Amino acid sequence: MGSSTVAVCRPSEIGADVRRPDGVPKTRGAFAFASDLSVEGMLFAKTLRSPHPHARIVSVDVAGALAVPGVRAVVTASDVPGAPTFGLEHRDQPVFASDVVRYQGEPVAAVAADDPATAVAAAAAIDVTYDVLEPVVDPEAALVGPALHPDGNVFRHLAIRHGDPDASGDVVVEGTYEVGMQDQAFMGPESGLAVPADDGGVHLHIATQWLHADRDQIAACLGLPPELVHLTLAGVGGAFGGREDVSLQIHLCLLALRTGRPVKMVYSRDESFLGHVHRHPARMWYRHHATRSGDLVKVEARVLLDGGAYASSSGAVVANAACFAPGPYRVPNAVVDGYAVRTHNPPCGAMRGFGAVQVCFGHEAQMDKLAAALGMDPVELRLRNALRTGDRLVTGQVVTGAAPVAEVIRAAVAHPLPPSLDDGLPMMARPGGAGMTADVADLRRGLGLAVGFKNICFSEGFDDSVAARLRLELGASATPVATVHVATAEVGQGFVTLAEQIAREELGPLDVVLADADTGVGSAGSTSASRQTWMSGGAVKQVCEQARRALVDRAAGIWGCAAAELVWLDGEVVWEATAQRMALAEILAGGPVEERCVHRHRPTTPLDAGGQGDAHLSFMFVAHRAVVDVDPGLGLVRVVQIATGQDVGRALNPLQVVGQIEGGTAQGVGLAVMEEIVLDHGQVRNPSFTDYLIPTALDAPDVAITLIEEPEPGAPYGAKGVGEPPAISSGPAVLAAIRDATGLELPRAPARPDDIALRA
Amino acid sequence: MSSQPERLPRQPPPGTRGQPLPDDSAHAPPVAAGEPVGVLAPYELSVNGTVRRVVGAWVGESLLTVLRDRLGLVGTKGACEQGECGSCSVLLDGSVVCSCCVLAADAVGAEVTTIEGLTPPDGLSDIQQALVAAGGVQCGFCTPGFVVAIHDLLSTRPDATELEVREALSGNLCRCTGYGRIVEAVRIVQREREAVGG
Ligand code: FES
Ligand code: FES
Repeated sequence: MGSSTVAVCRPSEIGADVRRPDGVPKTRGAFAFASDLSVEGMLFAKTLRSPHPHARIVSVDVAGALAVPGVRAVVTASDVPGAPTFGLEHRDQPVFASDVVRYQGEPVAAVAADDPATAVAAAAAIDVTYDVLEPVVDPEAALVGPALHPDGNVFRHLAIRHGDPDASGDVVVEGTYEVGMQDQAFMGPESGLAVPADDGGVHLHIATQWLHADRDQIAACLGLPPELVHLTLAGVGGAFGGREDVSLQIHLCLLALRTGRPVKMVYSRDESFLGHVHRHPARMWYRHHATRSGDLVKVEARVLLDGGAYASSSGAVVANAACFAPGPYRVPNAVVDGYAVRTHNPPCGAMRGFGAVQVCFGHEAQMDKLAAALGMDPVELRLRNALRTGDRLVTGQVVTGAAPVAEVIRAAVAHPLPPSLDDGLPMMARPGGAGMTADVADLRRGLGLAVGFKNICFSEGFDDSVAARLRLELGASATPVATVHVATAEVGQGFVTLAEQIAREELGPLDVVLADADTGVGSAGSTSASRQTWMSGGAVKQVCEQARRALVDRAAGIWGCAAAELVWLDGEVVWEATAQRMALAEILAGGPVEERCVHRHRPTTPLDAGGQGDAHLSFMFVAHRAVVDVDPGLGLVRVVQIATGQDVGRALNPLQVVGQIEGGTAQGVGLAVMEEIVLDHGQVRNPSFTDYLIPTALDAPDVAITLIEEPEPGAPYGAKGVGEPPAISSGPAVLAAIRDATGLELPRAPARPDDIALRA
Repeated sequence: MSSQPERLPRQPPPGTRGQPLPDDSAHAPPVAAGEPVGVLAPYELSVNGTVRRVVGAWVGESLLTVLRDRLGLVGTKGACEQGECGSCSVLLDGSVVCSCCVLAADAVGAEVTTIEGLTPPDGLSDIQQALVAAGGVQCGFCTPGFVVAIHDLLSTRPDATELEVREALSGNLCRCTGYGRIVEAVRIVQREREAVGG
């Protein structure tokens, strides 16, 4: 168990298993997460949230809260000095609800007090009178029903029409599928510390994924120019998409400005479940057409995503869901409709895999159905239709980069299978584990395969950029030091390691210091879309290249020769004609070198009315084979092994890549068998780790990994992103394996014990 | 009205993983006279070998809260305050407990060891070293809890099999790593200690 096949450690910086620079403080307990921050005289804040998913607010009386000794401020909608609403794509979400609440947990007020207990007591003393209304929780009803918000109910409808809409195949399979609402369940709760500044602005220390998007939304709602709102990244305890939207940021800044004192807030776990967006639940209908020999002819799909009460990033999520709905296959004809709609369920937005995850459950179940209808091996069917470089997607875009789809499939199925069931299975390794429930004689083992893909970086013409600054100078003992400044949010993924590796790869051995990520430098975009290796890694590379040119120029000035006569070699400038060399330290003796750049990727284009366009920069491909043991009578499942082939372009730090793959795989497995936010008329029924289960060390499978390294043109060092693919097809592979073991249809993820036991 | 949404009825908190608390009721501090209701008289906790005075604490404060908010020992994390995640793991008289599920006042008379107490003054313990080397740290929020849990596991069951390791660590949640590199770190420490121990 726990074995991973990884590329061997290579000697240069790039491609080596360099250790993370923050590993030491994190293991010592000395790394400051946002929730660990404190400053003299700070107050503690608490948010009051609506207990109802839909209600009219009749009145809000804060007198009771203000009467609590130790309370310093209470703020509601009427205290928001700037724009009353915020949002990533559309600013449709109120900072505080004023007239109507649209989901359970929507903030209504916030208080600041001398200590956390007083803040909690004061929030409870606010008297809100609600006129409770019936919530609309069915996305199909919302699609055609009355508007739940002045902006309407359809966040986006994306229609993709490709090829001949009337084409049909000899063999047709059809199915409807569902995916439940998953939570990011990062370990470090939402937290921040807002400190009023002397210039009338505010300085927020915050655990987030995108400092500048937060800043712009905060500034607009505070009615302040952006330069008066300064953000510094505080230690982030995981994110997975759940920190891309604003949660407590604006509330904290408001309270800090109102009281003139630093204010801190930390969400409790149940509040965290209510306070951030989730993965969109999906309902999907599919019809696949193929020739008798197994070539895909047409894919028809309708994907309906429940976006919950506010837009968040629903528009981009549904675009992904529609674009990737057919899976990584050659599909000459397609009719796809993706909808994201507003309901009174909790708002949904970004989570690892971002729309590609939900449809993968659909297209992969369809491929298995099709294989069965054709009497064909499912691996063979997928290989036969696998996308290759030069193929066209259903959006009309030609895949120009690496597309090793057949390779990832072959790699996944080539891994040795785990020992068979007969070889004796300790109780703890059975479904049900310590519950001692499953009898080995009742167990059935199943195998399933799934393949997925997704875009890297921002799409559809978004101006995707990262600003970087570099300062090279002599440090304490006259050794060169490179200080790199980017606003990139390190959320655990290991960008901090890559930044050092890249700087050393480009500039030779030297000390690298990563300045605090903050809004003092230009935006780095979000730590999402598997984009920071490409984007922030690319920015660090670019600024280092600029610095190298500046160093060569300076050396040319010292020697009195032309820069063209000099080359950069192994961290030195070499004048080949005279065989003279000048070390970095010598050049820097003349003073520091400073460079700045803005890194962009090749532009993409919006999708037209038929969903056609070169909307995406590049794609990552992945395949998973799952081995599961199932007790069909009890409905218990244990995922024994996940074998995967993943297209990574190039692994810049193989150890970190393995960490991303194992972690993302566990999240995919969780969605397949245990993770779901349970909703009852819009009420979240399980906002705790007691009731919302995520995989433990016993649930997480052994992961066997093959990295497929086919360098991606245009990407720094040929590296694609790696964070999301493990979460895309791992879950669908598990579901396929449970179907294999039980013969059940299982059209819904997660497959709960009663889905298995009561239908077996 | 209620400020909190309704929830499903919950099971009582799982407490301390079956480890009985030391019988220290005789040492529990009395409720302070003249203070607001529920505030305890100052009491002393022995933390990482040092006696620390706790002033102004409420009767219901958890050990986690007192460690972090009153004693400034923020290496111990809280991710659920319900005994489910293990990020608040500390040793109480040598046994792992979830400090969020222990009343601080109940720890009077016991020896509390936190991540700070398990960390050498400079450098890392073999467990911490292995976690970094094996890639067992990503966001790191779960890491101090794992260091404590692995310390406890390897001092009581140095030869634990992989399945036993996974079982022993299943009270500690990690959302980033999928546990593979954490389990690998345990294996590294086991090998190293075996080599040293002969
Ligand atoms: S905070 Fe104590 S177990 Fe989660
Ligand atoms: S490293 Fe992030 S929760 Fe474990």
